[in-house]
Amino acid sequence: MKPLEGLLVLEFCQYLAGPSAGLRLADLGARVIKIERPGEGEGGRSLSIKNLFAGDESVLFHTINRDKESYTADLRDAEDLEKVKKLVARADVLTHNFRPGKIEKFGLGYESVKQINPGIIYGVVTGYGSRGPWATKPGQDLLVQAMSGLTYLSGDRDDPPVPFGMSVADILSGAHLVQGILAGLIKRGKTNEGSLVEVSLMESALDLQFEVLTTYLNDGHKKPKRAREGNAHAYLRAPYGIYETSDGYIAIAMEHLHELGQKIGCEPVLKYEEKEWFSKRDEIMEHLRRSFKEESTSHWLGLLEPADIWCADVYNYPEFLNSEAYKTLRMDQGLQLGNGDAIKSTRCPIRIDGERIYGSRAAPSVGEHNESIASEFSL
Amino acid sequence: MNKPLEDILVIDFSQFLSGPSASLRMADLGARVIKIERPGTGDICRDLYISNVIMNGESSVFHAINRNKESYVADLKDEADRSEVWQLIERADVVMHNFRPGVMERLGFDYESVKKVKPDIVYGEISGYGPEGPWKSKPGQDLLVQSLTGLTWLSGSSDKGPVPMGLAIVDILTGTHLAQGIMACLVRKGINGDGGLVQVSMLESAVDFQFETITTYFNDGGHPAERSKNNNAHAYIGAPYGIYQTKSGYMALAMGSIPHLGKLLDCPELLNYQEESDWYDKRDEIKGILANHLAKGTTRKWLDILEPADIWCAEVLSWDDLMDKEGFHLLNMIQEVTMDDGYSYKTTRCPISFDGEPIFSDKGSPQLGEDTEEISNEFIREHIQNR
Repeated sequence: MKPLEGLLVLEFCQYLAGPSAGLRLADLGARVIKIERPGEGEGGRSLSIKNLFAGDESVLFHTINRDKESYTADLRDAEDLEKVKKLVARADVLTHNFRPGKIEKFGLGYESVKQINPGIIYGVVTGYGSRGPWATKPGQDLLVQAMSGLTYLSGDRDDPPVPFGMSVADILSGAHLVQGILAGLIKRGKTNEGSLVEVSLMESALDLQFEVLTTYLNDGHKKPKRAREGNAHAYLRAPYGIYETSDGYIAIAMEHLHELGQKIGCEPVLKYEEKEWFSKRDEIMEHLRRSFKEESTSHWLGLLEPADIWCADVYNYPEFLNSEAYKTLRMDQGLQLGNGDAIKSTRCPIRIDGERIYGSRAAPSVGEHNESIASEFSL
Repeated sequence: MNKPLEDILVIDFSQFLSGPSASLRMADLGARVIKIERPGTGDICRDLYISNVIMNGESSVFHAINRNKESYVADLKDEADRSEVWQLIERADVVMHNFRPGVMERLGFDYESVKKVKPDIVYGEISGYGPEGPWKSKPGQDLLVQSLTGLTWLSGSSDKGPVPMGLAIVDILTGTHLAQGIMACLVRKGINGDGGLVQVSMLESAVDFQFETITTYFNDGGHPAERSKNNNAHAYIGAPYGIYQTKSGYMALAMGSIPHLGKLLDCPELLNYQEESDWYDKRDEIKGILANHLAKGTTRKWLDILEPADIWCAEVLSWDDLMDKEGFHLLNMIQEVTMDDGYSYKTTRCPISFDGEPIFSDKGSPQLGEDTEEISNEFIREHIQNR
């Protein structure tokens, strides 16, 4: 039995942060119904990357909304709203990512929903929390990265600010929403009480930086300094970083510099005392760079791995996704589209009771489950 | 406020970041977390110093990750210590670890053994690369997993080599997924009384992090990710998505119509890109034009034009800048915590709010073995006879 079987989630969310939370809950066994506006449905349906579509929806939308149901309702219409409230009365969890103040206008704010269903776990994702000067700013991943200081951690010393090339604030706030909802459900199991759970992209982006922020808050607010070249972490000493070899690259983790220097025959680094590995990081890395460039990646891996020096090849997607190690994970899954076609995506990363968790259905079309849901819940 | 996980007991054998970040989250949500640490050194993270910062004798990262926990010292190879640990486990709701595959089996605290003693245990484990496969005994380290999974080809511009994300993002995601799995099993335990086994790996979590772009790869004919030549912020998104230098600093621009931007910014060259498909196909050109144009004005000037037009943009802030902003202060994200010996330090709080209130926890990190005796007195039946 999947852990969340029997639980009903209503998702009033768009794009990535909220829907990625619904996806995780679905994979863990919950039944997730997207409540969408009639006609176009949620905004993510037409948001594509590389212009890829499968059926009427973007591949991106299928990726984030597989294994969910879709029910359309116009929340401004009294009759539709009544039906939605009937569903709310039966739900265990409700999630939304409207901007602050919006959902209250439909009578679906937490206080009103609690009247209908006191045991509900009510989850909210915003960009920057619900009050203050940022409350009405668009809660968008790149903007949150830019404002949170995150862009000064990646890339090299002389680079401009470098964002993480992935919607990391969206993904983490969705993951934190799941954590909060699950904690609320655990509490409900003991007390029968519901909860309001709130997360924001900004708080999640700050939490992501908790280690380096703690360092900054206690070292007199020193600015992060990226290494001049091959930077992989502004706060870690040499040799931590990525180095070019004669035919590619190699990643080196936190290692004893002298052992590494001896192993690869890089004499000049042996003279640096341990306390200089951070302060003289750029010179040290320059010496290492010269040595690594002389031989191939496989040469260095052959030398370093048996000595248990932590290192790895640097793969791109074709190299990684065709590797034996990736195939062993059995991480791929096929998703059936309504028209008989299938697309391929990845599965839930969590294994429960020794089993991998697979989904099966691509995302629903707009309102695909209106009839079945109406008859099941007598709407 | 009653925290949601109150009276949940977590016995945590993990070290470094991935596992301990999961137990930190559960501690903040109200669970009691006892770190089982080896005598002498304890969690290796205690002396994993970053930028040479030492706080009260230990690393800043240890203090960030292990606040709000207790420390119990035990030698897992010593019979007397082992029997005490077993007695702790008998009372636990959750046991978790992040040893390499096979180590817990050798120590005898693996899921099957624990389940015999405590059938409804929720048991969480983290590995680097999963329990099987050719990489299973490789070191599960963040930069290595980033490098192996294609992640380093997504950030930075295309004239750069691989650019890792400058934080232990894979560790953090793996810990996040472990906490999700453990809490999902605790929900189930509340419903039907069953325990469960939760397994996550850094490799699977790194794949999941890239679920959008890997799915794209599967459906676009298998092309490697291509970053834009300049101002890259996402390899798969067209112009204007990126960070741009201005006369006064940097600004971020998310999605928006290129000709519309051309009009608003008074940049006629952008009017040539009417076709939406060009915004991806010709993004290097478009971003180049935008970069030249935005360099001529200050960030304030551009935001004052774009924000009222509802174009998604923001000033790029350093931490110094950020911490001066009212919006930041209102989040109340920084808390001060105090260790048993009175040493206080500042750190961030849990990012999740409950019932309208952020969650604060004022307990600092434990010194090695700080709680061993008290825990023994509280839990261990034969403590007095044995010592």
